[in-house]
Amino acid sequence: MIKSLRVITSETEIMIISNLEILPGKRIVTHLGMVQGNTVRAKHVGKDILAGLKNIVGGELVGYTELLTEAREEATRRMEEQAAAIGANAVVNVRFSTSSITAGAAELFVYGTAVIVE
Amino acid sequence: MDLIIFLGLICIGYVAGSVIERRHFRSIEQREAELADIYTYSARLPPTEMFGHDAFFVTGNVVVSVDYFKTIAASRRALIGGVVVVFESLLNRARREAVLRMKAEARKHGATTIFNIKMETSSIYKGGGNQIGSVEVYTYGTALRAPRS
Repeated sequence: MIKSLRVITSETEIMIISNLEILPGKRIVTHLGMVQGNTVRAKHVGKDILAGLKNIVGGELVGYTELLTEAREEATRRMEEQAAAIGANAVVNVRFSTSSITAGAAELFVYGTAVIVE
Repeated sequence: MDLIIFLGLICIGYVAGSVIERRHFRSIEQREAELADIYTYSARLPPTEMFGHDAFFVTGNVVVSVDYFKTIAASRRALIGGVVVVFESLLNRARREAVLRMKAEARKHGATTIFNIKMETSSIYKGGGNQIGSVEVYTYGTALRAPRS
């Protein structure tokens, strides 16, 4: 149900995303500084009404779970674009952060260190 | 009339909420047993012997809603202070579920250990009067798989 953000294997050309400080089996040759991506998402009115009903009986809010997963993927994609723009091929030490800005919206923020590995 | 609706909501919340909670805990315990062979560590780095392993970024998240009974029970508890048992079980469920989803993703990649696990809890939906409506738990880490030779 939850899609993986990125798969790391030695044969792929895509951006490597990891929350470790080092990459097992790889050598970091250049540090390029911090990159970040964020997105602010508001909830759909219909979903909010459903959530209101769910607040009576309890249980998982599948709509919100998916919404937040999509939002994190979007934030991660923006971070990857930024990293690619400065010539990185990996982002290490990635951290996520969530904050609710107003009653109806949440910000998803992701940041990490852009590096070049070989 | 208002009192009848209020009591009705508490009853519905209590009955439905505890059925859903009990079912969820059963499912969590069953899946925890199935995924018990995936080891999870909050250590920052894997031991050097595992540096040759393939790494995957794995995540798990879940949003769990309170029920009406919990909301009322917690607001009563807030008057006198003390342990809010109803929210403890809610957060317990959410964390275990998120970790299970992360482990399931690691299993899909064939990984056996997860390192540097970070967890994040946020209340994403506020009910009336700024009470907690639902909480999200997000957990992520690096799964390692022995290289296939």
